[in-house]
Amino acid sequence: MITRLEVQETNKMIEEAKLDVRTITLGISLQDCADSDINRFNQKIYDKITKTAENLVKTGEEIEKEFGIPIVNKRISVTPISIAAAGCQTDSYVSVAHALDRAAKQVGVNFIGGFSALVQKGSNPSDEILMNSIPQALAETERVCSSVNLATTRSGINMDAVKNMGRIIKQTAQNTKEKDSIGCAKLVVFCNAPEDNPFMAGAFHGVGERDCVVNVGVSGPGVVKKALESVKGKDFETLCEMVKKTAFKITRVGQLVAQEAAKRLNVPFGIIDLSLAPTPAIGDSIAEILEEMGLENAGAPGTTAALALLNDNVKKGGVMASSYVGGLSGAFIPVSEDQGMIRAVEAGALTLEKLEAMTCVCSVGLDMIAIPGDTSEETISGIIADEMAIGMINGKTTAVRIIPVIGKGVGDIVEFGGLLGYAPIMPVNNFSCKDFIHRGGRIPAPIHSFKN
Amino acid sequence: MEMRGIITVVGKDRVGIIAKVCTLLSERQINILDISQTIVQGFFNMMMIVDLSNSTESFEKNEEDLKILGNEIGVVIKLQREEIFNSMHRI
Repeated sequence: MITRLEVQETNKMIEEAKLDVRTITLGISLQDCADSDINRFNQKIYDKITKTAENLVKTGEEIEKEFGIPIVNKRISVTPISIAAAGCQTDSYVSVAHALDRAAKQVGVNFIGGFSALVQKGSNPSDEILMNSIPQALAETERVCSSVNLATTRSGINMDAVKNMGRIIKQTAQNTKEKDSIGCAKLVVFCNAPEDNPFMAGAFHGVGERDCVVNVGVSGPGVVKKALESVKGKDFETLCEMVKKTAFKITRVGQLVAQEAAKRLNVPFGIIDLSLAPTPAIGDSIAEILEEMGLENAGAPGTTAALALLNDNVKKGGVMASSYVGGLSGAFIPVSEDQGMIRAVEAGALTLEKLEAMTCVCSVGLDMIAIPGDTSEETISGIIADEMAIGMINGKTTAVRIIPVIGKGVGDIVEFGGLLGYAPIMPVNNFSCKDFIHRGGRIPAPIHSFKN
Repeated sequence: MEMRGIITVVGKDRVGIIAKVCTLLSERQINILDISQTIVQGFFNMMMIVDLSNSTESFEKNEEDLKILGNEIGVVIKLQREEIFNSMHRI
């Protein structure tokens, strides 16, 4: 029988260390909504989403109440629109984004992901329409998230699309400049994008998935930090063991919530994403875990090693606790969404270059980083290309969610609000990469991708 | 189907906390399976394992009413499904 101390430990994690389930994301396939008429297509996707996700928020709230664990977000991911809408005779998908936004509002989810295209090897006309619709779509909608996969280890890097996305990110920033270019916070480019990621802005419902599936993202950086306080000064073996045990406990709760949600929604359970995802709340920070390990600030020498061991041991503990693990699974290092990271940037301890190094060992990439609004398209493409190369060569997911804040420069602070937080604008290396970016074409897949 | 819940009561000690909680439970046909309780530096700390399968009210209503009762007597009362603790602490 469960003991009082065990009950206390769990409830302390929830109350003091901010343990929560970060998101229940319902993946919905829109492949059966294809139609040559875009208005009919929009009606079909609206109907399918609102019907399938009708009880999502209510179910999430019920589970929250019964188990006493907060479920912060309830979200939806859909088939990449460039695939689902490919049959429509149109030259813009902005109306599709509006339909998604309306559906999200109707069922009460705070984000819907899947205004996406997969162009790692090349783009078809539908992919082009989608990418060109992004700036207007993100400016005119509130809850739609967009992602583009530009590279994979198997296919190499589509440098034409990398160049194109530099321009599109800049345009998106321009279109939302009244709101600190917030459109870019809802847009992410990937290398090796997972098809079952429940986290935004990069969630979409992959074409290899079934019609409808529940994916759950767990969190709990605060819990790991608290647990590490008890092993201060101890060796790395002890440190790693503590991270593993804590990750196990956190993930078991996620697994329970995922199974419960799947059962109640009558939708199959997909995966648990084992990510440590920070929020701007005090005590819910990845950087503070790194500090607890013995670094003065995130970004100090040793940071990459500390992050690597954190990421690896979260996986080792988490994998044991769940029957299916997927998504991004690892430690997120967004800047604006993490108090400790913001503090590190303000102190001058954390630079864009150090963040790039950290992305070699974290679960995603350059995330929620505000840069000066006058950064050129080519420089943004260059930053993306570097990140894609790291993902491609290391066979991992990498991503770039970068916000060139129009009208602001280094030293200014940009405020996104809510879960997106706030960030100091970081300096960018402005030596030109123009001629490199304008070459065009593809970077071939690396030698170690030929495994057959 | 058996549905077990864990009730925790934490707060400043006073006369009648257990009595009040138990009265509410018995009115609703909620059976107490186990109680463990301690007082540390004047702070009351109790855990109950209860069986809600014959409860006359829904889980949500029980959860809410216990919270309200807690507010009335100045302690924090939580009702949670037992599974969350089992999954975290038992393999």
